[in-house]
Amino acid sequence: MYVQATISKPIQSPEESPIDIAPFKSTLAKHRLELVRQRTHTLQINLGFLCNQTCQHCHLNAGPGRNENMNADTLNAVVAYAQRGHFETVDITGGAPELNPHLTELIEKISPLAPRIMLRSNLSALKAKMSRLIEPLKSQRVVIVASFPSLNLNQTDSQRGEGIFEESIAVLKELNAVGYGRNGSGLELNLVSNPTGAFFPPAQKQTEKRYHQILEKKWSVTFNSLFSFANVPLGRFKQWLIKSGNFEGYMQKLVSNFNPCAIEGLMCRTLVSVSWDGYLYDCDFNLARDLYMSGKKIHISEMPGPPQPGTPIITADHCYTCAAGSGFT
Amino acid sequence: METYYKPEDLPKFEEIGKEAPELAHKFFEYYNAVFAEGELTEREKALIALAVAHAVQCPYCIDAYTRACLEKGSNLAEMTEAVHVVTAIRGGASLVHGVQMRNIAHKISM
Repeated sequence: MYVQATISKPIQSPEESPIDIAPFKSTLAKHRLELVRQRTHTLQINLGFLCNQTCQHCHLNAGPGRNENMNADTLNAVVAYAQRGHFETVDITGGAPELNPHLTELIEKISPLAPRIMLRSNLSALKAKMSRLIEPLKSQRVVIVASFPSLNLNQTDSQRGEGIFEESIAVLKELNAVGYGRNGSGLELNLVSNPTGAFFPPAQKQTEKRYHQILEKKWSVTFNSLFSFANVPLGRFKQWLIKSGNFEGYMQKLVSNFNPCAIEGLMCRTLVSVSWDGYLYDCDFNLARDLYMSGKKIHISEMPGPPQPGTPIITADHCYTCAAGSGFT
Repeated sequence: METYYKPEDLPKFEEIGKEAPELAHKFFEYYNAVFAEGELTEREKALIALAVAHAVQCPYCIDAYTRACLEKGSNLAEMTEAVHVVTAIRGGASLVHGVQMRNIAHKISM
């Protein structure tokens, strides 16, 4: 197996002031918990950091200025890994995956290899590529997981950029028109809501009910499910937290909401994440921090199959996010 | 400058139970039950609390329920409307007493 030197360096922002919180690892130990893998059933593919938006909460610092994007060779290695891994779910993310020129090819090659294929979309990037992408998405029954942080224009635009709320509504209508999010179509459209600031998301079930009511009443938009996730203090969101004087308070809030019962269901226990250049991570947040899976730089072409159950998961303080409250994962 | 209201005092609220624990226990149990989801959602209750916080002009409550409203999924436009509701009621309460004023004035005037 091809293994480079161990690399697990935390990225310290120069303007970051040290804060006094218990390291995540010691909190786990205090509760006599270990974070190790179960059976890995999901392959998450990060196609790159190129994005048409510069969202304030982005943990990857993705944006139009980024040129990291998966090439055809790496894509073929990912497809070969999916064939070896027998995953149940393939989760395609970015950046904006729609901006990768090989996305259609990836969908066509990987769809026969896993029962469930998901594409995370910011909607505005999908709009730009709709004519080229909609047929492969429909024909392969790709689940669209769309960012939609708030029912309010100002909140949405403050997080994602001016005009994004109205553009998102327009794209959701287009998706509904071709069957996505409509009962009985077999085309699943899910929404993801991230808080528009330094606070936790609302309870998922109640929020989903409210989104169903309001989106249908105001815009005749329908969808399948909604997921609420907390923002992870990395990348652009961390920079915003520091600049706005919210970093310490947010971290303290995450720590004080640590829930030992949430550890059991963390996504990193069943998911492996591959970056645009083909290296493996325990999750997309560790990818943002350059914290390689098992602390080693392992290329996907060298990996025989899914990581073994029992393999320890690399942790850092951003892991408090997924372990807060009832668990945001 | 020294002030009566300090943000760091808000998390110390439960210390009020040190001198009268049974009363505090009853109060906080009731308080938590009030804000649990019932016929009204937690989000709706937080909006009512935010409005009342403005009526009683409690900085602790305004801080706590601004955060609670956002965390329950409300947005600034809804929260602003809630503050207008309480403002209308406070203003209306003053204005409606004008009827009393008019009654008295009419009674003693020619």
